Amino acid sequence: MKGTYLGEFEEVVLLAVAIRDGDAYGAAVVNEIEQQMGRSVNLGAVHSALHRLQEKGLVKSEMGGISPERGGRRKRLYSVTAYGRRVLEEVRQLRNQMWDAIPRTAWS
Amino acid sequence: MRSAPTPPRFAQRLLRWFCAPHRLDELEGDLDELFQDRIKSVGVHRARWRYLRDVLSLMRPQFMRRQPQEYPNPSHMDMLRNYLKIAFRNLVKQKAYSFINIGGLAVGMAVAILIGLWIYDELSVNKSFQNYDRIAQLMRNRTINGETDTRAGLPIPLAQRLKDSYGESFRHVELAWWTSWHTIKLNNQVFSKSGKFMTPGVPEMLSLTMLKGSRDGLKEPGSILLSASVAQALFGDANPLHKTLTLDNTMTVNVTGVYEDIPAGNSFDDVQFIAPWALYAASTPWVNEAKDDWTNTSFEVFVELAPQATMADVSAKIKNLLANNTQVNPALKSEVLLYPMARWHLYSDWKNGVNEGGRIQFVWLFGIIGIFVLLLACINFMNLSTARSVKRAKEVGIRKAIGSRPQELIVQFFGESLLVVALAYVVALGLVYIAVPLFNQVADKHMTVPLVSPLFWVLGLGFTLLTGLIAGSYPALYLSSFKPIAVLKGTITASQFRGSSIVTPRRVLVVVQFTVSITLIIGTLVVYRQIQHAKNRPIGYSRNGLISLLLNVPHYEQQRETVRNELIRSGAVLEVGESASPLTEVRSTNGGFNWEGKDPTLQVNFGTIGISHEFGKAVGWQFSQGRDFSRKLASDSLGVVLNESAVAFMGMRDVVGKTITWTGNDFNVRFHVIGVIKDMVMDSPYEPAQPSIFFIGQTPGKFLTMRLNPERSPQASLATIGEVLKEHLPEAPFNYTFVDEEYDQKFRSEERIGTLASLFAGLAIFISCLGLFGLASFVAEQRTKEIGVRKVLGASVADLWALLSKDFVVLVSIAFGIATVIAYYSLHNWLQNYEYRTDLSWWIFAIAGVGALVITLLTVSFQAIKAALVNPVKSLRSE
Repeated sequence: MKGTYLGEFEEVVLLAVAIRDGDAYGAAVVNEIEQQMGRSVNLGAVHSALHRLQEKGLVKSEMGGISPERGGRRKRLYSVTAYGRRVLEEVRQLRNQMWDAIPRTAWS
Repeated sequence: MRSAPTPPRFAQRLLRWFCAPHRLDELEGDLDELFQDRIKSVGVHRARWRYLRDVLSLMRPQFMRRQPQEYPNPSHMDMLRNYLKIAFRNLVKQKAYSFINIGGLAVGMAVAILIGLWIYDELSVNKSFQNYDRIAQLMRNRTINGETDTRAGLPIPLAQRLKDSYGESFRHVELAWWTSWHTIKLNNQVFSKSGKFMTPGVPEMLSLTMLKGSRDGLKEPGSILLSASVAQALFGDANPLHKTLTLDNTMTVNVTGVYEDIPAGNSFDDVQFIAPWALYAASTPWVNEAKDDWTNTSFEVFVELAPQATMADVSAKIKNLLANNTQVNPALKSEVLLYPMARWHLYSDWKNGVNEGGRIQFVWLFGIIGIFVLLLACINFMNLSTARSVKRAKEVGIRKAIGSRPQELIVQFFGESLLVVALAYVVALGLVYIAVPLFNQVADKHMTVPLVSPLFWVLGLGFTLLTGLIAGSYPALYLSSFKPIAVLKGTITASQFRGSSIVTPRRVLVVVQFTVSITLIIGTLVVYRQIQHAKNRPIGYSRNGLISLLLNVPHYEQQRETVRNELIRSGAVLEVGESASPLTEVRSTNGGFNWEGKDPTLQVNFGTIGISHEFGKAVGWQFSQGRDFSRKLASDSLGVVLNESAVAFMGMRDVVGKTITWTGNDFNVRFHVIGVIKDMVMDSPYEPAQPSIFFIGQTPGKFLTMRLNPERSPQASLATIGEVLKEHLPEAPFNYTFVDEEYDQKFRSEERIGTLASLFAGLAIFISCLGLFGLASFVAEQRTKEIGVRKVLGASVADLWALLSKDFVVLVSIAFGIATVIAYYSLHNWLQNYEYRTDLSWWIFAIAGVGALVITLLTVSFQAIKAALVNPVKSLRSE
């Protein structure tokens, strides 16, 4: 298993997969990110990030059923693993911990 | 109704091309879905753009990588990679064997490449002349006492006749005087340069590259064209045009042009300057007198044919030009013929009026040697590969069992041999690169490896392929024919590899190798013997400390006595003699001699050498009858000295005191014979001396021959001579040559062949021994068990050595037998070229045979004794 360091974009993708719980595939993740963050992303970047996340064991994938809007093409559905969930929480906790450490005077 | 908008077709096609098939469905689905979404959100146009961007962003290795299959389906590449891997493993595992194979092949190829370069160089001589195929020199056949000889000397009026009567056949007809040394004086510096006097059309005919001036530079009599190197020597970087020079201290000339040096090795490469023919004729009375004389055949004529004329036609037309002339002696049966430039270099020999042979024989000889040396190296490869094949038998069996077809195995083994050959070729190129300077020195060439020539690489590639196919053919076909069941069951065992089916061809190959090697050794020995034989021939004079000097000085006769006296008085020289020909060449031959009792049908052609009284004393000739010239007897000025050949030709016993008359066009002299000398070797040391007559010249000879005082060092003497000459003959450059060096020049071409032949013979035997060494080590390895058992049962080391060496000795003996026959036949023929030749003694063959046997035994014994010394416990315990 590769190192658990999570890049910024990887974190975003992982969160998007978590949001689209059970229906997270390439195009859906792209749409989710574009909606949430208001920035356009490339499909290649998303797939590449998904691939890396899977190699790290943060997500798993399986081939889903056929849907009509895709011209009868199958999609690969991603879901966050237990380990992926733990990593996300760790990241959040780390952020919070750092937020808490900011002295109040810093903002004034 | 409008059709639904579609994504860009180009992007779709691109995706389908690069994307791995197992990911395509899913990615296309994603792209499509996004495209449909975006049509709604941002419009068709931008959706299409985004589609393209997404496709491009998908161009990553992870989407291109094809899915590994559970059951691999090897492609050609995989098998080739496997072949390569096995080949390298085999090479590395058997280092000695690989070294022998690659090293031997590399040496063989290097020799073949060198010889190829040499042949290419020989064949391209003179091709730098633009009119190469249309230039010819006129030659003349004449028959004296039934023997036809061919010379380049022709009468002057012939040139005009050619222009007048056959003008339409020629573009140029040019007269020339032989390339010879002349003095060029610039201010007070004197240079000695070789050059020609020729008619004005020559620069055009020879397509000289003019660096300065034009090709018309010889039109004025007082002009001269210089080669670039002479211009550089005379003027440095200054402009030589319109400078004034003095030629031979009598002719004043103006530099009208500078031409690029004619590349070394080509005809006319020694022509360092060209001066007008008219100038030479005007300043040389006897040449001027010869301008309408059909009997004075002293001049060269070069022609360039008109485009529509062919050599054969023109040669036939002009054949009888001399014979039909009333002035020419009809008994000589003179014929005129063309000698095309294309043949000058390689076909320089004339036999009975026909142009045949010459260097072309060496081109063939070396070509054949090159092919043979390469063949030897290929034979090594074949022998070692088949011998080693027992080790590969299991591999072949397994490959066949899991589905290799014979043709695939053939490809594998050919590939392996091509790999080895390619490695050898690289090594060979390196060897050639190192050896070229040395080879140039030995062969007197200016060759370079043409690394930039595509032809060289194409030929090299073809050559590698050819060698690989020859060397690999036998192992490839042999190994691929193994029966897999037999091999894997072990019924093909080591002993069967010694069976006759494979060993016989191997033995034949060894015999071929040693036949070639021994033939080359015998050839080398005979060439050296022949050179030595000719060198040891009595030359009739003493050449030690003899120097020769060419004089081109006007009014020398006023100084000749002073010069001689001063030179002797200085103590540097013992004697000074003059002669019309240099001591190492007879320049003039004449007929018209008569004597009492001469057979009227006998045609005379004596070498005629005008000398001074002291010439004989200076060179140290030896009298068999009579005495030398003496100044004290006035009658000696009409005395002559003959050589023994001349006396034998005349068929007289007591010739001293007899009268000989010499009748020419406008003179008639009565000579009396005062002495007979032993033959002096003046021309080829391989031929009998020409019948010659020595008389006191009317004019001083052009060549001074001086005997250095042996009690003083040559350097000191030369310095003294230089000073004396400078004082009395300031116009004469002191360009001396040592007569013994000049004489040694006569052996150069034979020595060159000898050196090259010995080099090739050495390499041939080296390659053969490498192969033998490999074979012997293989045989010893195969018979390890047998040797162990024999040792246990009481065989001595000597017995085992004999056991292992016997086979090879038999093979070499057979090869020796064959080589003797081939060598005897070819060398006997070669020696027929020389009148004065060594005999083919039996001991030469014996030495070659014993030598080959000793080398064989040494090679084989190393392995045999190594095998015989192994402790049987070790060899029997294995397995």
